[in-house]
Amino acid sequence: MRSVMQQPFRTAVLVLVWGWLLFLVLTPNLLVIGASVMTRDPGTFISLPLNLDAYRQLFNPLYLDVFLNSLYMATMTTLICLLIGYPFAWALSKVPRHRQMLLIFLLIVPFWTNSLVRTYALKLILATNGLLNNALMSVGLIDQPMQMLYTEGAVIIGLVYLLLPFMILPLYAVFDDLREDLLRASHDLGAGRLATFVHIIVPMTLPGVLAGIMLVLLPAMGLFFVPDILGGSRNLLVGNVIKNQFLDARNWPFGAAASIMLTLAMAFLMFAHRLSKRRIGEDGV
Amino acid sequence: MTRWLPRTYLTLVYLLLYVPILVLVVFSFNDSRSGYAWGGLSLRWYEALFNNRAMVQAMWNSLWLALSAATVSTVIGALTALALHRYRFRGKQVLNGMLFVVMMSPEIVLAISLLGLFLLVGLQLGYVSLLLAHVTFCLPFVVITVMARLSGFDERLPEAARDLGASDFTMTRTVLIPVIMPALLAGWLLGFTLSLDDVVVSTFVGGPSYEILPLRIYSMVRVGLKPEVNALGTLLLVFSLVMLMLSQWILLRSKR
Amino acid sequence: MKQTLLSLSNLSKQFDGKTVLDSLDLEILDGEFITLLGPSGCGKTTLLRLMAGFEHPDDGSITLAGQNLTHTPPEHRPLNTVFQNYALFPHMSVFDNVAYGLKMEKRPKDEIRQRVDDALAMVQLEDFARRKPHQLSGGQQQRVAIARAVIKRPKMLLLDEPLSALDYKLRRTMQVELKRLQRELGITFVFVTHDQEEALSMSDRVVVLKDGRVQQLGTPREVYERPANLFTARFVGETNFFAGRVDAANGDDTITVDVFGLKRTFRKPDFQVFEGQPLHVLLRPEDIRVLAPDSDDGVAGKVVERNYKGSTLDSVIHLDDGTEVLASEFFDEDDPTFDYRLGEPVKVSWVDGWEWLLPEEDADAEAEASADA
Repeated sequence: MRSVMQQPFRTAVLVLVWGWLLFLVLTPNLLVIGASVMTRDPGTFISLPLNLDAYRQLFNPLYLDVFLNSLYMATMTTLICLLIGYPFAWALSKVPRHRQMLLIFLLIVPFWTNSLVRTYALKLILATNGLLNNALMSVGLIDQPMQMLYTEGAVIIGLVYLLLPFMILPLYAVFDDLREDLLRASHDLGAGRLATFVHIIVPMTLPGVLAGIMLVLLPAMGLFFVPDILGGSRNLLVGNVIKNQFLDARNWPFGAAASIMLTLAMAFLMFAHRLSKRRIGEDGV
Repeated sequence: MTRWLPRTYLTLVYLLLYVPILVLVVFSFNDSRSGYAWGGLSLRWYEALFNNRAMVQAMWNSLWLALSAATVSTVIGALTALALHRYRFRGKQVLNGMLFVVMMSPEIVLAISLLGLFLLVGLQLGYVSLLLAHVTFCLPFVVITVMARLSGFDERLPEAARDLGASDFTMTRTVLIPVIMPALLAGWLLGFTLSLDDVVVSTFVGGPSYEILPLRIYSMVRVGLKPEVNALGTLLLVFSLVMLMLSQWILLRSKR
Repeated sequence: MKQTLLSLSNLSKQFDGKTVLDSLDLEILDGEFITLLGPSGCGKTTLLRLMAGFEHPDDGSITLAGQNLTHTPPEHRPLNTVFQNYALFPHMSVFDNVAYGLKMEKRPKDEIRQRVDDALAMVQLEDFARRKPHQLSGGQQQRVAIARAVIKRPKMLLLDEPLSALDYKLRRTMQVELKRLQRELGITFVFVTHDQEEALSMSDRVVVLKDGRVQQLGTPREVYERPANLFTARFVGETNFFAGRVDAANGDDTITVDVFGLKRTFRKPDFQVFEGQPLHVLLRPEDIRVLAPDSDDGVAGKVVERNYKGSTLDSVIHLDDGTEVLASEFFDEDDPTFDYRLGEPVKVSWVDGWEWLLPEEDADAEAEASADA
């Protein structure tokens, strides 16, 4: 093939693709790195001299609190997604083939639906005089409405609701690959259910778990509109901080430094994911 | 494992996923002004929606943006996939890696980096900046979709066409593109939906000169309840359902 | 005498520094059925791809009827290919697949219709024109691929292991069919295969390839009965190799050779022989005679394996010096009890004159040949 291809076409395609990625991916990212070590400037956003103030500011107790809180919310979201998603994906992989396709379709329908609209739908349910409170009161479980909206709990529910499919899909993929004969072999060699779970199922599904964590944990720190809608506009997530620093406070170096932290977290997770895949003999990516 | 336990569990999770959507759809036909009590069937919120000129304008803007972003990213993405598939060139791994990073990085990181770039080069925030940003985040998804199709592609097909007298260009037109067409359509639909749904990136790189739907919804739902949003959400839901079914149908039909 | 249609001269090709074709010369005659035979990696497919124009040689030239094709792109070469897995266009009907080549020539619609119908009739697929390739069986897809490749009436048809995906019976039918087509169309067929049986039964001439070099070029019979070297002997059919030593070169075009301590008189081979020279005595299993242990002639051994093959009985005999001998005997109608017990002592012999002699080759060449075989 290679030898009979025409060169001009090839050159044009490569120039276009490289140009796009260099201009719209590499340069912007270098800019962010650059901005993070510059000084805040009200007029031009950033200016010299170079310094590490922005990074120092990240450890300011005020922001450190936000980061820790964001990490806590994201971790909770991820854990809940994992707890719901792991057995879900397992059960899904046991469903007969023809029905599996339909169920997966149903799983990705929400993914194709506007996430703002879905977050807003939760508001209908969680509001003080919303459906859930009304339902609970009418069956007599509570006497007066509970404050559910504008709490951290509501934000976590919102994040779980939006991100659950991202946890389930990679998990489903690993469960789908998990061959029944491996489990039978394990039982055959005398392992009980628990031992099989610990020694076979967990390591075999670990790449899926890590892929799921990767797809949930980071967005869970960045989806600033969820706390805006369900949490009452407080700075609950790193995403809110970054957005406020960039768009409202115009503190670019600080926003850039915060986003670099997010990127580093992503790099770390990707690295862990690669390692876990290599362990069971699959190539990375 | 007993059979009913996993089934009940699956059903329960699906219920949790769909109840909010169902509530939204039902309440979009609610006549009551309060967002919580049922006041009888009505189409008034749909009416209100279409009488809101700014809203209709935002809808058209969004549609046009999604259409153009999906189309541009499909063209560039398909060419990229072809280049990755057919050519050997230096930095191929780097290119692959960059696409992977775009796909995996948190949207907000992409958003601020693009905002920085646009301000640096002095680009007015509006349609063009939105288009560039949307194409960028759609690109890796298109590349992956097309690559998946190409990996199952019989390398002998282009050769067979050349052998029978087709030039490289004719071969591309009569064999290559028709064979990867399902992937192109699927990639296009995916890009369209991603663009239509995007809030995070658009919040940063959008401008007042070109208002789009997600941003308008965002400003509406931040405080309180707006019944029009129920109607709008229902419309969007139906729209994406149709798109999704279309893409599944295309994929299924193309399977041999 | 047939004329040369395609001549390849001094063709060389490397992939990633690995030599696939090594200064190869070959003349293909007009109207012949020629087979490129060799183990995987011998360069036969690359050779075919060079002829088709999918690859370019690093060195050398390809000339078709006096016209230099070396750097002509595939679409301008007057030859067509039948691909290994057919490479039918999945999105086109059978009709459109077969019509593709004519559409590229921008032929009038009526002519295309007529010629496609004829081509489909030729491969007995008239009723399948509207089907898609995936609705056809493997054998039918194969026929479509052939119809598609011959519709432009190429000077030459290149077939890249076209039967390898079919099951044994269908392969047999298609072999006969291909021969018939080749006779009817009068087109030169260049057929690539690794299946020596297929090569022998179909071809006018066979090219045995190894490591990008021609090992032997000849009729199937020449290749089988008079292999040019140890590799060909081992690759084409089963062979017994006995170590011999020239005892004396006689005046009357014969030599006396010492095999297993027996003095046998053989025809003098083409190569130079001298007294005391070690050489290989090659005997095909069907040339071996298995005799009763008390016969005067032959070498003693015992039967270690016997395989009933329907029309023949194949046995493995361990000679007393450790040599293994394969023997393949037709059933003797007059001897219904013809069979051996395992471990039964026998004697092994052959008819002098049916042997084939080859000189000793370099030790490394020999090791390679046995690794490939």
